Amino acid sequence: MILIEAIKTFGSYLLLMKRVLTKPERWLMFFRRTLHEIYQLGVNSIPIVLIISLFIGAALCIQMKTNVESPWMPKFVTGYATREVLLLEFSSTIMCLILAGKVGSNITSEIGAMRVTQQIDALDMMGVNSANFLILPKVTGLVLTIPILVIFSIASGIGGAFLIGKLTGIMTSEELTLGLQHEFTVWFVWYSIIKSFFFAFIITSVASFYGYTVKGGSIEVGKASTNAVVSCSALILFSDIVLTNIMMQ
Amino acid sequence: MIEAISIYKQFEGKTVLEDINATFNNGATNLIIGQSGAGKTVFLKCIVGLLAPDKGKIIYDGRCITTMKEKEKITIRREIGMLFQSAALFDSMSVLENVMFPLDMFSSMTYKERLARARACLDRVNLIEAQDKLPEEISGGMQKRVAIARAIALEPKYLFCDEPNSGLDPQTSLVIDELIHDITKEYGITTIVNTHDMNSVMNIGDHILFLSGGKLAWEGDKTQILNTENEQLNEFLFSSEILRQVKEQAFKHK
Repeated sequence: MILIEAIKTFGSYLLLMKRVLTKPERWLMFFRRTLHEIYQLGVNSIPIVLIISLFIGAALCIQMKTNVESPWMPKFVTGYATREVLLLEFSSTIMCLILAGKVGSNITSEIGAMRVTQQIDALDMMGVNSANFLILPKVTGLVLTIPILVIFSIASGIGGAFLIGKLTGIMTSEELTLGLQHEFTVWFVWYSIIKSFFFAFIITSVASFYGYTVKGGSIEVGKASTNAVVSCSALILFSDIVLTNIMMQ
Repeated sequence: MIEAISIYKQFEGKTVLEDINATFNNGATNLIIGQSGAGKTVFLKCIVGLLAPDKGKIIYDGRCITTMKEKEKITIRREIGMLFQSAALFDSMSVLENVMFPLDMFSSMTYKERLARARACLDRVNLIEAQDKLPEEISGGMQKRVAIARAIALEPKYLFCDEPNSGLDPQTSLVIDELIHDITKEYGITTIVNTHDMNSVMNIGDHILFLSGGKLAWEGDKTQILNTENEQLNEFLFSSEILRQVKEQAFKHK
């Protein structure tokens, strides 16, 4: 029964995506809405990305220093391990999990409220492809801004590591820099960015699907927001395994 | 002209519409009335194509919407203006932007022409002074008037109104009714209003359909409705004390 429901939901999602991924009716309107979404979903997320990454970078640095570094480990291990964790998982996967909570619930409640107040029916009645009009700019907006958020997150995390080293004196900037530069692989940055494109698509499309298919009133919109965040998180974690397996082999 | 031919609709085995036949003429305000659950909204949704009937045809000036492909339906929808029960204004846009929206999407006018047209529509519903306000900053009656302005922006051939007076006081309801009626005559459009407001029936009912239990139980106009022999319709109409008194007085005068 649950399996049949899951297949039905996935089928509905695919049908919605078929309507979303079509040519916009008015390009000017599409560009205007995409700019609005870049600001709404991307630019407005910069502060939370910077703050969380700064603290996690600092905490990672302390953890590595106190738990990993030992007399027979090289000095650069703290910086090296901090960089690898930030690059490979935190700034793409964990940051997108956080964005699934912030951006995902925002998208579901916005579109869900439009559904229950008949605004989507009004668009359909005018002959507008409401799925394309409402969802495509959100998908485009976040997919375009996610690399910037990932880079900001990496930079902020590294900044946090330097800051905590300076403030607590647990390690010098030179030691940290040595670790950060040790066997640096540019591909890991691309790996992080490529993964985040998939995650951005999951967040915007799945959250929009839950909002678009809301039935009922405001309580249902709330439930849909929660379900959207849970589904986005599960899908991000699952696709992280798949993508890591594909890209790291 | 819109024709509904032998419309049937079921939900989970329960018949909601059964063999409904009706013709809605141009330049007339057609009212669909009936108790809650009589099938009015489902019938209206079938007519506008938001729901597909299980059996039957909906024909818009010779074009059958029930057998059309989605792309063809979109062409017809651009000839339709719709006023929703909740007004359904886009809450992120100002009043003027709401009215301009269909013009921005579908007209080939220049910006100046679209602006002038949107302002003319707002002027028609006496709301030009509210053009820069957001929908949340204006009253329910004003929101309905903005929705009417948006509905007529593209000069539609058909106008549909779902419970236009829901949540409004009698005086504002009267304004909305008269606006709908006047616009229908002015533009010569086919208007279908879904209502259970008896004041609307008596004010603007050029052609009235009474639905009961999913069936078309009576058809006529506002001059015939008070003298009907139909028991179900009488029960529905005269559940209002005021109307019962009106009828009694009418009989006394006779």
